[in-house]
Amino acid sequence: MSHHSHGAPAVRAENIGHSFGDVPVLDGVDLSVDPGEFVAVVGPNGAGKTTLLRTLNGVLDPDEGRVTVGGDPVAELSARAVSRRVGTVPQHSHVGFAFSTEQVVEMGRTPHRSRLDWSSDDEPVERALERTETVSFRDRPVDELSGGERQRVLLARALAQEPSVLVLDEPTASLDINHQIGMLRVVRELVEEGKTAIAAIHDLDLAARFCERLCLLADGEIRARGEPDAVLAADELATAFGTRTAVTRNPVTGTPAVAALPDRPDVDGRVHVVGGGTTGERVVRALWRAGFDLSVGPLPAGDRTAALAAELGCPSVTAPPFEPVSASHREAATELASEADALVVSDGAGTVPDVAGRSPCIRAAFTDGTAGGPTTPARGDGGQPPTGDVGVDRSVETEAGLLDAVGVVCGVEPE
Amino acid sequence: MRIRSRVLVWSAGLSATLLCTIVVSARIGPVGIDTGTVLRATINTLAYPSGVSVDSARAGLWGYSVPVPVPDLGYTRPFDLPVDSSEQVIVRELRLPRILLGAVVGFALATAGAVMQGFFRNPMADPSIIGVSSGAAVGAVAVIAFPVAVPFGLQTAAFVGALITAFGVYLIATESGRTPVATLLLAGLAIQTFLGAVISYLLLYTGDSLEEAVLWLMGHLRYSSWADVEATLPLTAVVFVVLLAYARDLNVMLLGEEDAQTLGIDVEWTKRILLAGASLITAAGVAVAGIIGFVGLIIPHIMRLLVGPDHRILLPTSALAGATFLVAADTLARAGPAEVPVGIVTAAVGAPFFLFLLLRKEVHAL
Repeated sequence: MSHHSHGAPAVRAENIGHSFGDVPVLDGVDLSVDPGEFVAVVGPNGAGKTTLLRTLNGVLDPDEGRVTVGGDPVAELSARAVSRRVGTVPQHSHVGFAFSTEQVVEMGRTPHRSRLDWSSDDEPVERALERTETVSFRDRPVDELSGGERQRVLLARALAQEPSVLVLDEPTASLDINHQIGMLRVVRELVEEGKTAIAAIHDLDLAARFCERLCLLADGEIRARGEPDAVLAADELATAFGTRTAVTRNPVTGTPAVAALPDRPDVDGRVHVVGGGTTGERVVRALWRAGFDLSVGPLPAGDRTAALAAELGCPSVTAPPFEPVSASHREAATELASEADALVVSDGAGTVPDVAGRSPCIRAAFTDGTAGGPTTPARGDGGQPPTGDVGVDRSVETEAGLLDAVGVVCGVEPE
Repeated sequence: MRIRSRVLVWSAGLSATLLCTIVVSARIGPVGIDTGTVLRATINTLAYPSGVSVDSARAGLWGYSVPVPVPDLGYTRPFDLPVDSSEQVIVRELRLPRILLGAVVGFALATAGAVMQGFFRNPMADPSIIGVSSGAAVGAVAVIAFPVAVPFGLQTAAFVGALITAFGVYLIATESGRTPVATLLLAGLAIQTFLGAVISYLLLYTGDSLEEAVLWLMGHLRYSSWADVEATLPLTAVVFVVLLAYARDLNVMLLGEEDAQTLGIDVEWTKRILLAGASLITAAGVAVAGIIGFVGLIIPHIMRLLVGPDHRILLPTSALAGATFLVAADTLARAGPAEVPVGIVTAAVGAPFFLFLLLRKEVHAL
């Protein structure tokens, strides 16, 4: 705000490198945050998020590189000068003795008062208490507050500093979901009013929902940065977290959401799935978990199997719903199917013969569970194709059976 | 109520208590003196400095001696109320210096204790936690074992020993400009253990002076003089004012060093000021009175229960309560048929009280 020269970033970290002993924690990190931005630093545990934030608020003087706040190098400012510009909300604060909420928030005035000034300039303290809805327990000792309440007190303390930049280290860690959202909503509002915020946020969905920019930090380096959609979809995200991820949409907010997918074996086998609905979805899920590479289609756009395949990043052919599948869609699907080792047809799909290609074809008609489509009446000896289905080599009724059958076709030993 | 008015009210109340305790204490002794006489004799004792002359004392070591100039402050006493001359001498030369020294030492130890407990964020910390008392003891016992004829040799040696130890512990625990509190605590513990061995070794060589050495180690105010008061009172007052000026910083330091820095505190500088201040007044107190335990531990603890953790009110109230407590304890120590070192009284009273707090769960976990 007032101390920003025009156009200067609110906070800028240039080529930050730091090691603790022999352990490198940050390596060549650049980060520039403009006034009025809310940037989330995301990344796995031990990525260096906290260390990066500690260089921004001047607590840690990095081995290499420099940090400027409003254009001035932090290393050349006194702690007092930095604390007037940057307010910090730590992840934890241990209060050894029983200070009240109001006393702790009043400590946020420290950088604005001379040492012998014991007056209480109540105005900023009151505003901070109200802003964070901590007024109701202003006289309670902070060591008796719940985690969510204490986090709000720490935010109020930072607001009492009247800084232009807020640095928040995992402000939502260890909070209930309602407190997480409440906390970030207040920060978001403050950003709308002109403050700049940089937060390490563990929860990718919350980061995507409240921040305009994400910055993915892993192994001390920035791996991806930009708008939430782009960062969450980036391959670097999966690499950074060491797990497969799926990007979906939050059904309410419409913001991207990330789901970490369960570990799955890496199996050598491509399977094409035809037929959607709940059975198709079950087939895709079971085969994906078992480790097969998948493709699907043709499926009507909006089909749940098609949506699942998209989240899992599987190639698929989708056609407009409520009309016959066009020749070009059919052709595309046939091409996918012809590259597959096996073809699985979920029950009810009428297009089997057209895309069957040369792959052995397995028909899945689950009789277990509630989510199955129309069931196959025949409960014959496994492996016998139901009569009347042209080109079906084998029919299965359970997911286990499906995996067995596909495994045999692809030459994979069942686990 | 705002902090300033709370500080004023509490300080006024505790000051009144201290004054009453002093008057009562001055009445008590082998010769009972009534309150009116005590008050008149005390007023007669009031004096203002009126000039400096230089005396020559002789200082010597192992048979050699040299003259040493000693500045001597001249005083003028403006009052001369009618008091029996022997009672006047008892009050002025025996009781008042001892009582005032007790008050100053109690004031200093309780202040240092409050600061150290805040500094280490540990309610079990006491003024000698970084080895100040052990260092003083080495100096004092060394002088008792190997006497030197220097004026105030014992006090000087104890004071210097205390400061060297505190500074040494600080240096050991400091690496590239930072002094982690945990390292300081452990270094202090190690040095105290080592100095304990030195003290025991020195005690072997005290010979006929063993009793004097043991008395000193227990802490007593028996040989208090006006000179002791003149040396400790100004130092304690100045350091107290400095520490009080840092009371708010100390509050913020209680949130943790990293939080304190983000709130604009120059953490390492503040730690140095607090450590130096607390060590200085502890050294001053211990040098004239020996090792008096529990005052610096118990008093801040009680006051924290009464007034809360804010050091702006905790420091002055602890100081005044510490002064009152030590005057009362010393009165008890000398009131019996045989005088006992006041350190025994403070420990005997303090330890059960501490257990009481412990059982009431007022003492937090370490």
